[in-house]
Amino acid sequence: MMRVRWSAILLSLLLLSPIVRALDSAPAFEDAGLQARYEALTRQLRCLVCQNETIADSGATLAADLRRELREQMAAGKSDAEVLKFMTDRYGAFVLYKPPFEQRTWLLWLGPAGLLLIGMGVAIRVIMQRAKLPEQLDSEEDAIEKGESV
Amino acid sequence: MSVELGHFALILAFSLALAQAFFGLAGATTHRAHWMAAARSAVIGQLVFVVFAFGCLAAAFLRNDFSVLYVAGNSNTELPAFYRVAAVWGAHEGSLLLWLMVLVIWSAAVGVFNRGMSTEFISKVLGVLGLVSGGFALFIIATSNPFERLLPAALQGRDLNPLLQDPALAAHPPMLYTGYVGLAVPFACAVAALIEGKLDANWARWVKPWTIVAWLFLTLGIALGSFWAYYELGWGGWWFWDPVENASFMPWLMATALIHSLSVTEKRGLFKSWTILLAIFGFSLSLLGTFLVRSGVLISVHAFASDPSRGLFILIFLALCIGGALTLYAWRAPRLQSNAGFHIISRESFLLFNNVLLVVAASLILLGTLYPLFIDALNLGKISVGPPYFAVVFLIPMLPLLFLVGIGMHASWKQAKLAAMRKPLLIALGVAALFAVTITLLIYGRMSVLKFVGQLAGAWVILSSLYQPITRWRAGQRVPPGILGMCVAHLGLGVFVLGVTTVESYKIEKDLSLGTGQTVTVGHYDFNWVDTHQVTGPNYDAIEATVRITHDGQEVTVLHPQKRVYHVQTSPMTEAGIDAHWQRDLLVSMGDDLGNGVWSVRVQYKPLVRFIWLGAVIMAIGGFIGLLDRRYRTVKQTAEQTVQVSDPVSVAARS
Amino acid sequence: MWRFLIPGLVFAVLIGFFVIGLKRDPSYVPSPLIGKAAPAFSLSKVEDPTQQVSDKDFVGRKHLVNVWATWCGGCRQEHEFLVAIAKQNVIPIVGIDWKDELPLAQRWLTQLGNPYVATGFDMEGRVAIDYGVYGAPETFLVDEHGIVIYKHVGILTVEVWQNEMLPLITGKATANGART
Repeated sequence: MMRVRWSAILLSLLLLSPIVRALDSAPAFEDAGLQARYEALTRQLRCLVCQNETIADSGATLAADLRRELREQMAAGKSDAEVLKFMTDRYGAFVLYKPPFEQRTWLLWLGPAGLLLIGMGVAIRVIMQRAKLPEQLDSEEDAIEKGESV
Repeated sequence: MSVELGHFALILAFSLALAQAFFGLAGATTHRAHWMAAARSAVIGQLVFVVFAFGCLAAAFLRNDFSVLYVAGNSNTELPAFYRVAAVWGAHEGSLLLWLMVLVIWSAAVGVFNRGMSTEFISKVLGVLGLVSGGFALFIIATSNPFERLLPAALQGRDLNPLLQDPALAAHPPMLYTGYVGLAVPFACAVAALIEGKLDANWARWVKPWTIVAWLFLTLGIALGSFWAYYELGWGGWWFWDPVENASFMPWLMATALIHSLSVTEKRGLFKSWTILLAIFGFSLSLLGTFLVRSGVLISVHAFASDPSRGLFILIFLALCIGGALTLYAWRAPRLQSNAGFHIISRESFLLFNNVLLVVAASLILLGTLYPLFIDALNLGKISVGPPYFAVVFLIPMLPLLFLVGIGMHASWKQAKLAAMRKPLLIALGVAALFAVTITLLIYGRMSVLKFVGQLAGAWVILSSLYQPITRWRAGQRVPPGILGMCVAHLGLGVFVLGVTTVESYKIEKDLSLGTGQTVTVGHYDFNWVDTHQVTGPNYDAIEATVRITHDGQEVTVLHPQKRVYHVQTSPMTEAGIDAHWQRDLLVSMGDDLGNGVWSVRVQYKPLVRFIWLGAVIMAIGGFIGLLDRRYRTVKQTAEQTVQVSDPVSVAARS
Repeated sequence: MWRFLIPGLVFAVLIGFFVIGLKRDPSYVPSPLIGKAAPAFSLSKVEDPTQQVSDKDFVGRKHLVNVWATWCGGCRQEHEFLVAIAKQNVIPIVGIDWKDELPLAQRWLTQLGNPYVATGFDMEGRVAIDYGVYGAPETFLVDEHGIVIYKHVGILTVEVWQNEMLPLITGKATANGART
């Protein structure tokens, strides 16, 4: 009995505390487009306290404060770029889950396409070379002919 | 008392690992039969001792022995018995012991099930595995001893993290480890082949089933982790491109490429150095993952308590293992070339593209995961690389791959006779396009190039996978397990892709506040917040909400999301209310109590999200079916036939 | 033939990065404010809520800005050291009380000593956000022109004070985007 009551009190105290996992305390924007932009932005920004979450998902007080900042700025008509600049001016590029395209991230953004081109180039070169070589028999010949093997 | 026995067993296992390594490698190179036999005994001995050590730790958990530091840190008398066992692998030290045990089980399996390969070869494989398990055992004994005592003993433990008190999450590490630790077997086989300086079709045929089993468990392990995150964390996410998630996905991509590359080596004796390299990469990425999660080098939600000295040990181990393997590769692989050719359009060329695209995919994930580290190490500042990057960039190799999969599946060896296939494939493409248009425009009413291409890719792979089985069944032929397995696995891939593209294109997530009696509409469903009340669980107290969902006035279901506070670790947890359906999931998660019966809530509509995990399960089933192919049982049959022929009674009976 | 060396070489480079990475702290966020003007603020004082404290009060003087709170364990540990520095009268310390409760903050300062020339009550956390604060305690060194020349995240220790901050304060070192 004692323990049940204790937990209930603790539960209600914790619910009042600011460290509880939180979603927005404020109502959503009336304008659906604005709300959609807001939800997209909160999912792009990294929480600096619980660094594995977006500020949309994080229960940290700082995340709630940053969401509030976001709402106020967007309500004041700021664009996505301006809001993101607000964040990076104060916290640096670390706060963006989508890394900006700048000199130090050229390799990051261009690397995958580059790797693809190099890879495809290598593959095509090998295929052209192999096309010139004679084919050879192999032990699975019969099985393949009978259609019993892949 | 028994934990000291466990500790002692671990030390014995370490010495046996060294013996296994020595006798295995030296015995094979000097052709000493009794040394090679000693290696096989050593691996069985290692198995016994490591299982015993693991058992000691599990027993300490079950009897709540809080004089053991690790038990005190991760368990609690209130913890149900099932989770007390799962808590064994709940933190760093115990999970390493699980890693070692899985490795030793795989090694022992190699020591027992090795008909068809020469004793020298198996010896070398066991030798390499002994080096790896020895290194791990040393790491555990030296830096991460789970048997350390806590004196005086604690009266009560700190409890297992409530997030981990879940059956799926209890099963996730063992499955995952069976998968990526299992990649040590093809790794050891590749190293053994490099040492021997030769590689033939027989080698590939023998290694393939081992790889498929490891791949299968890895597929299920990753899917289990994703599924757990989805329903347990309550925010509806199923993949976050977290460094440790990536660390399990990269070996999966390599293992997939390896299975395909082994086919080519088995059938045509080609791609030998590719196959060796993929085998090395696969296990290397597993080891890399182990390093990343325990060294504190990257931020991750999965990261165990980091300790740079542990990180250094693993790094040295990593450098020796992989550096050694890659040096051996640079030295010996050139002599493995073969001179067979194939046409420009052939199964071989499709599989070459397959290899290349999967390696590109794994490389770009590695690049993105490690890039923050690169930038920081070069003193260029701090950046984050997260889902917005990976989601875009991953498509670069993946879209071409999905398109090629549909055609490559049907290509023949040496020269693909695709002329016969052209009409059915074009029909499949047409049907897939029609399907994509129907879904994007008619069903959901939202279209974009990416949405269309995603649906097209999923449908295309599914239809293409069905072609061969359907054609054969209609012709009255049976479908051999090898082919059926391949088709089912690719079907699973298509189902997975369809799930991903549908849910990501058409999901709806709304963060809002709801008061008693209020209703909100999300995705044509009406969510009515009826009330909230208190409930008590076995080791937690919670506030539970009742949410009634209706569709066009008809009741669909009543959900009961909860906000829990566990008795011991008092951090609050949210349990989402989920209405699960193949076509769509509906989720309600509770956030904050805003007072006056009003709560901040997240309501979600997720179409076809279950296809993601269904696809993974189908892929695993496909892999399993492939294992049943008679090629892998040929050796056994030949042996039986030999016995039959030399039995005079049966010879007489037959004549 | 050299292509067989490529995987090994790439791996060696990776290992090099990991060795460096082991010495770094991936969760540390460097401040983009270094070398830029300290954000303006105007808050009511904790010591006397009828009065205001603002950045303009410190124009022309080097000063420290220390962000703290009564709910922050590290701040409690750091407090005695701050009191000791304040007694030396080397540099004025301005406090920013972050997302706190006024009575608790006032009692903290009376009971534990007040090293601050003044403490602003940042109830909503806006000033802290402007300063890019993500984990109390954090300390900023601002020069006489109002430029942030150094930031320390975490408890201020004797080593950091003597080796990093004092040289900057006494002018024996130039501001160079120093980091912890």
